[in-house]
Amino acid sequence: MAFVQQSSPHAHSARPTSRVMLWVLIAALPGLLAQTLFFGWGNLINVVFCVGLAIASEAALLKLRKKPVAFFIKDNTAAVTGLLLGLSLPQFAPWWVSAVAVISAIVVAKQLYGGLGSNPFNPAMVGYALVLVSFPVAMTTNWAEPAMLWDGAPGFGETLATIASGQQTALDGWTMATPLDEYKHKINTHTAAEVLNHPTFGAGIAKGWEWVNAAFLAGGLLLIGLRIISWHIPAGFLGGLIVMSVAFGSNADLYTPLSLHLLAGGTMLGAFFIATDPVSAATSHQGKLIYGAGIGILIYLIRTWGNYPDAVAFSVLLMNFAVPFIDHYTPPRTYGHHKARRGVPGSQG
Amino acid sequence: MTQLWDFSGGIHPPEHKDVSTARPIRNAGVPDYLILPLQQHIGDPAEAIVEVGERVLKGQKIADVKTGMGVPVHAPTSGVIESIADYPVPHPSGMADRCITLKPDGEDQWCQRSPVKDYRALERDQVLQIIRDAGISGMGGAGFPTNIKLRPPRDRKVSTLILNGAECEPYITADDMTMREKADEVVAGLKIMAWILRPERCVIGIEDNKPEAIAALRKATEGTQTEIAVIPTKYPSGGEKQLIQILTGMEVPSGGIPADIGVMCQNIGTAVAVAQAVFEGTPLISRVVTITGEAVREPGNFEALIGTPIEHLLEQAGINQDTVSRLVLGGPMMGYTLTTEAVPVIKTTNCVIAATATELPAPPSEQPCIRCGQCAEACPMELLPQQLFWHAKATEFEKAEHLNLFDCIECGACSYVCPSSIPLVQYYRFAKGEIRAQQAEQLKADRARERFEARQARLEREQQEKELRRKERAKAAAEAAAKKQAEAEKAAAEGEAVDERAAKSALVEQALARKKAKAEASQPPAPSAQPTPSAPPAEQKPDIEALEKQLTQARSKLETMQGMLDDAKAQQADNVEKLERAVAKNHDRVQRAEEALSEAREKLAAGSTESQPTH
Repeated sequence: MAFVQQSSPHAHSARPTSRVMLWVLIAALPGLLAQTLFFGWGNLINVVFCVGLAIASEAALLKLRKKPVAFFIKDNTAAVTGLLLGLSLPQFAPWWVSAVAVISAIVVAKQLYGGLGSNPFNPAMVGYALVLVSFPVAMTTNWAEPAMLWDGAPGFGETLATIASGQQTALDGWTMATPLDEYKHKINTHTAAEVLNHPTFGAGIAKGWEWVNAAFLAGGLLLIGLRIISWHIPAGFLGGLIVMSVAFGSNADLYTPLSLHLLAGGTMLGAFFIATDPVSAATSHQGKLIYGAGIGILIYLIRTWGNYPDAVAFSVLLMNFAVPFIDHYTPPRTYGHHKARRGVPGSQG
Repeated sequence: MTQLWDFSGGIHPPEHKDVSTARPIRNAGVPDYLILPLQQHIGDPAEAIVEVGERVLKGQKIADVKTGMGVPVHAPTSGVIESIADYPVPHPSGMADRCITLKPDGEDQWCQRSPVKDYRALERDQVLQIIRDAGISGMGGAGFPTNIKLRPPRDRKVSTLILNGAECEPYITADDMTMREKADEVVAGLKIMAWILRPERCVIGIEDNKPEAIAALRKATEGTQTEIAVIPTKYPSGGEKQLIQILTGMEVPSGGIPADIGVMCQNIGTAVAVAQAVFEGTPLISRVVTITGEAVREPGNFEALIGTPIEHLLEQAGINQDTVSRLVLGGPMMGYTLTTEAVPVIKTTNCVIAATATELPAPPSEQPCIRCGQCAEACPMELLPQQLFWHAKATEFEKAEHLNLFDCIECGACSYVCPSSIPLVQYYRFAKGEIRAQQAEQLKADRARERFEARQARLEREQQEKELRRKERAKAAAEAAAKKQAEAEKAAAEGEAVDERAAKSALVEQALARKKAKAEASQPPAPSAQPTPSAPPAEQKPDIEALEKQLTQARSKLETMQGMLDDAKAQQADNVEKLERAVAKNHDRVQRAEEALSEAREKLAAGSTESQPTH
C-alpha cells in the first residue's frame, strides 16, 4: 500500500486561527455584559450589527478577490474586527456611523491591503479613527448615561429604534459626557472635587466604566492564561500609561488622575484586545514591550494635551506605523550568538 | 542536586510513550534476510570486503572504510552473502544505496571475539581502535563515528561528558527501555568513555517522565561520581544544544561544536555498544528499536539485528495493514515518512511509528500568517520563525541567512504550534537547500572563472611561444631561402619551374643526381673517395631533415589551428569560418610536405639501394 508522504513534524497542536479568534470573542463577553448592564442595550446592538456587517463585507470582498469565501470567513477574524468596533463605538451611534467604520475597516484597511495577515494597520482602529474624525458630533454626543439595564436605561426597542433612525444625536436625557471628557474639560476651571461631583463619575471611580474595564481586564487575563496573547503588549501599554501619569499628572487638580486613565476609558479593551492584534503589532518580546509602551505613552499625551478625550485608536495606529522600525531593531539574540543580528544583511544596524 | 538551567521556547506535545513501555524489550529474532547498507554513518561509505556467495560468521567484518572517515559494517549473524547491490535505505528521499544482503544460515555462529577484561591496562588509542573496529557510530540520529568524536582536538579538552537520556520526542522509548533494562551496561559504557576523555564531570540527563529509568540508573551509578540530572519534560530538551544548555547553562557557539565549550554528548545506545565492544568483543550488530503507533497491536521495543527489514519488526508487533496510513521513521516531530517497509534497521534507527490516519492526520490547509508570534515563543533556538518564513517564501535568502536560518535545528516546534498550519520547517529546508545549491553554483562559477583565466593565460603563453617559434622559423626560412635562391637560380637556368613544389622536387632530383654522381664517382675501385666539391655527401642529409622539419612544423601549426578552431566552435566565436579556411590551408600544406618528404625518401631509398653495394 502507499503510505502518506509528508515532511516533519507529523504532529500538530489543535489550536487553529479560528479557535484563537473564537477565544478572543469569548474573552470579550464579560466586557460586553458589563457594558450592557451599566449602559443599556446600545453596545450589544452595535456588536451584533458590526459583526454581521463585517462578515458580510469580508465575504463580498473575498468573492471579488476570487478567494475561497468559506475558508476565510471560518477564521473568525472579521467577526473579531466587528466585535471590537461594536464594543468601542458610542452606545447610541447611528447605524451609518457603525457601517462606515466597519466597511472601511474590512474593505479598506484589511482586504484592500491583501486580507488576513497583510494589513499594516489595525482594521478596527482604522474604522474607528475614520468615523471619529469624520463624524465628531455623532461620536462624542452619543455616549449613554450610566444607568443599570433594569433601572433607568432606555429599553431594547427604544435603543434599537434610535440607532436605526440614523439621527445624528440621541435624546439628551439618555446621553452624558464620558468621564474622561468631563474631567479633561472641567479640570482647567474647577478643582478635582468639584469635577468629580458630576453624575458621570458616580460613587466610585467612574460609574459603570470601572466595571467594564475590570471585565475587559479579566477577559484579557484569561487570554494571557490561555496563551492566546502574550503579556508583553498589555504590560507595556499599561506600564507606559502609568509611568506617564505618575511622572506628569500626579496632581489631580491639574490632570486626570491615574485611576480614571486606567478604568474610565477604553484602556483595558485597548490594552488586551485591540493593541494585541498580532498582525499589526511588533513580533519579538522586546518589540512588543516597546510597542505597547509606545501606545500607553501616546494615549497619555493625546488624552492630556491633545484634543480628544480618549486616544486608543490614534495611539494604536501611530504605533502600527512604527512596527517595522521596532521589529528591525529588536530581534532576539539567537542561541549560540553573542548578540542579536539587527537590521538587514550587510548593515550593522 | 544538579543545578539546571532552562532553554527558551519548547513545547509539550502529547507523549504517547506509555504504549511502547508496557512490554519489556523483545528479541526480534533472525529475519529471512538482512540488508546492510554500506553507509550507516556520517563520512565515507564502507567498501565491501566479502564476495557474493561467501559464507560469513556472526560478527565478521564484511565492509570497511579504507581511507577517509567511517566505520566498518559487520555480519549480524552467520550466513551467505547473497548480493551486493542497491536497495532502498532509510533516507527522507526514499533513495536506494549500496547494500550487502545476507542470507542467514540459522546457525548464528560467532566469529572469534576478543573481549577485554581490563581496558585500563590498554592505551587509550587501543580502546578507540576497539570502538572503531566494532563499527560504532552515534546511535542517536546523525551517526557520527564514535571513535573520532571521542578524540577531540587537543585544544578542546572535554570537561563535561553528558549522556543524553532525555529522549524528548513523543512515542520513542528505545533509550528509556535500554536504561531500564541495561542500566549497568549504560554506566559501563559511560565509564569507558569517561576514562578516554577524563572529564571533570559526568552527567546523565533524563526527562522526568521516565521514573523507572531514573531509578535504574540511580542504582547503577550508586557510589560513583556520575550525576543523574532529572530535567523537566519539554520538547526538545534532548536536542544536543538544548541539553547542554539545561545541564551547563552554556550555549554551543553558532557554527561550532560542543567540544568548543568543553562539552560532549553521547547517546544511551552508543554507551551500551561501547561497553559490549570492549567487554564482550561484540561489534555493533543489533540495537533497540521502538515499534509503536495505533496501527500495531503489540507496540513495544525490539532488540533487532542491524539490517532487519522494518517489515519484519512491524509483523512482530502485529501491524494492521488496513489501518496504517503512514510510517514514520523516528519521532513525530523530526522523523521522516517511509515509502516502503522494506528498508532495513540501521545503526541510527530508533523508532518506527505505524500511524493510523486519525492518529497523525494530515494538517489542515495552510492559512495566512497572522504574525501571532507563537512560533517565536516555541523556538528553542530563539530565532524569528515568522520572519524566516516570509523571507524563505519570498526567496530572499540573504535576509533569511542574516536572521540565522542555519542555526535552525528543524525541531518542528514552530510548525507544531502554528495556528495557521504553515509547514514552517519545510520552508526552512527549502531555503537551506536553495542557499546550499546557490553556494555550490557560486563555487562552480568561481572554478569556471579560474579555469577560464588559466586558459586565457595558457593561450597567451602559447601565442608568445608560437611567435618565438615563428621568428626562429623565419630566420631558418631566410637562410633556407638564401640557399634555395642559389639552387633556384641554377634550376631556372635549366628551365625548371620555380614554384615551391617544383623547387622541392628539383632539390630532391638534384640531390639524387649528386648522389648518383657520387656513386658513379666512387664506382672506380680507387680507394680514395674523392669528394666531389660540387656535391658533398653531407649535403644530402640536411635536405631530408629540412623537409621533415617543414612537415613537423606544418603539422604542429595544423594542430594549433585545429585547436583554435575547436575552441572557437565551442565558444561559437565569429572567426570560425576564417579558422576553418586556415585549417584547410594548413591541411593542404601538411599534405604537400608529406608528399614531398615521402617522394624524397623514396628517391633517396632508391638512390641508396643503388649505391648500397658499393659501400
